[in-house]
Amino acid sequence: MGISIANSVPTKDGRFGQFGGQFVPETLMTALLELEAAYEEAIKEPTFTEELAYFLEEYVGRETPLYYAENLTKELGGAKIYLKREDLNHTGAHKINNAIGQALLAKRMGKKKIVAETGAGQHGVATATACALLNLECVVFMGAEDIKRQQLNVFRMELLGTKVQSVESGSKTLKDAVNAALRYWVTNVEDTHYILGSALGPHPFPKIVRDFQRVIGVETRKQILQKERRLPDAVVACIGGGSNAIGMFHPFVDDETVALYGIEAAGNGLESGQHAAAIAGGQLGVLHGAYMYLLQDENGFVQEAHSISAGLDYPGKGPEHCYLHDIGRAQFDSITDNEALEGLQLLSRTEGILPALESSHAIAYTAKLAKTMPKDNIIVVCLSGRGDKDVHTVRAALGGDVK
Amino acid sequence: MTTLQQAVEQAKVAGNKAFIPYIMAGDGGLETIKPTILTLQQLGVTAIEVGIPFTDPVADGPTIERAGERALAVGVTLRKVLQTLASFREEITVPLVIMTYLNPVLAYGLEAFAQACVAGGVKGLIVPDVPLEESAMLREALNPHNIDVVQLVSLTSPPERIASIAAASQGFVYAVTVNGITGVRSSFANNLDHHFARLRQASPIPVLAGFGISTSEQIKKMGALADGVIVGSAIVTALHEGDMATVEELVAASKGVIAKSTL
Repeated sequence: MGISIANSVPTKDGRFGQFGGQFVPETLMTALLELEAAYEEAIKEPTFTEELAYFLEEYVGRETPLYYAENLTKELGGAKIYLKREDLNHTGAHKINNAIGQALLAKRMGKKKIVAETGAGQHGVATATACALLNLECVVFMGAEDIKRQQLNVFRMELLGTKVQSVESGSKTLKDAVNAALRYWVTNVEDTHYILGSALGPHPFPKIVRDFQRVIGVETRKQILQKERRLPDAVVACIGGGSNAIGMFHPFVDDETVALYGIEAAGNGLESGQHAAAIAGGQLGVLHGAYMYLLQDENGFVQEAHSISAGLDYPGKGPEHCYLHDIGRAQFDSITDNEALEGLQLLSRTEGILPALESSHAIAYTAKLAKTMPKDNIIVVCLSGRGDKDVHTVRAALGGDVK
Repeated sequence: MTTLQQAVEQAKVAGNKAFIPYIMAGDGGLETIKPTILTLQQLGVTAIEVGIPFTDPVADGPTIERAGERALAVGVTLRKVLQTLASFREEITVPLVIMTYLNPVLAYGLEAFAQACVAGGVKGLIVPDVPLEESAMLREALNPHNIDVVQLVSLTSPPERIASIAAASQGFVYAVTVNGITGVRSSFANNLDHHFARLRQASPIPVLAGFGISTSEQIKKMGALADGVIVGSAIVTALHEGDMATVEELVAASKGVIAKSTL
């Protein structure tokens, strides 16, 4: 047995190799230290883990199927493709796994109020849902630009009893929503928990989010062994901050034969400068509490990310992904807006599954990858969310015509 | 004793409280930096906190965020600010303290940044997104150049943490007086007396109060609890509006504040 890479990070000081850390105002430090202690205690407590397991099964609808996409496989003519159906979770994406976990943790910590950020609105909806379920007061910050793109999700959150606050500063997208949520948390830290939605931010958030999303990979591993009696050759997931990807990857990190592919959003193309591919096109830097790959200019000013999918529209990559990239354990590639739109149509047409624009990046990459692999190889794709929320955007992008 | 600490101690010797105004460097253009600093030092401020604009100022409220956006819009950067300071360094008579978020410093490079600080007459550094746990790299880079790294304590910091921060901070301890971001406040929590008493007992160096202090009355109140005050948003607003009378009034409020006898 070699040394486990998966279990070696984060270190006690919240580092994944050189990445991560706790770059936050002092006012938040005590809250982070308390959160870490409460979390470590909770996950050892059967009453907590059993309650979480109960809600994941009875409320979220887990486990989600690992579906053999036979039509897609035949259409592409290469490796066998399985889809991990996170789109079938309650609220339509993987975000609920983490939202329920952190909301239960907040309750355990005696916090009655929740603040969260959201990009596409999926994490906001998931958090609003968990708060409605567990009787927590909830405020969600969302960039004004994203509110325009995701009106349906704004209304969903409001129906769930959450207050949605429009963020008008900066690029008016996910990064600015995180700024606003952090400011709110600094001001209300004593009775409020921040449910961060991605594998980002200061320690212990990247670890907590990863652990609550690991259920994706744990189930996938078990399911593929049942169906195929062996591990997959490749695992593919889209990556904005990286929560669905790290949840899917982590249980496979120590399986050397499984190639891991994280797919960033290339927006209008890497060469256009309008993208969200921090690993492909960023430099090392600090934003929102973590040292990571970051889109920035030579002055250290953070650059606006661009992607057709609001959920990938973030200028940094979670510290654990940066680490997996640096040690060469995962490969990071990117898919443009147009390719993602093609991926979305491909899966809709062949399988009758409308994927979220975020997940469509993973589908589009898989379409390329499968063709390069023999038919007896297996690819598992994390279908992180459903695309109903994106129909308006997709229709506008395609000019109203399905190609 | 460092230059910065000395300046704060001297204000006390004179029977006053230290007064450190915060300015957003280049709000109104880079050319405003020199006259602003020269005017403030003429008014008798203890030191000047020179704020660097940033795209994602998570510790700042709307006033400083807007000022930062104005500065960014006219192309102000950390590098340009330090170059500007170097251009009139011999006229600067008070210690300058740079307040910046970490990422522009990392992009500059720690050693190159330290050297540019020396050239610009900078005596201290405050980085609001670098807490104690992450601060060693800044001290390692800046202390060899005689630049202090000031740490912040907050109302949420427990006693043992306050002691560790006070022991690590240099020049002075920056005591955040509210849970929250920078900006004008109409009131403060009731337990500040106790907080500051404990803080000053734990700290071998002076303790300055900042965040939310915006009126002469608040300066006198906070000045009585601490060794001095830092005033940000109110100064930024007054400078932006060209309201020098308010700036003078705020500086004057720090003169002759008598420490509470109970402390």
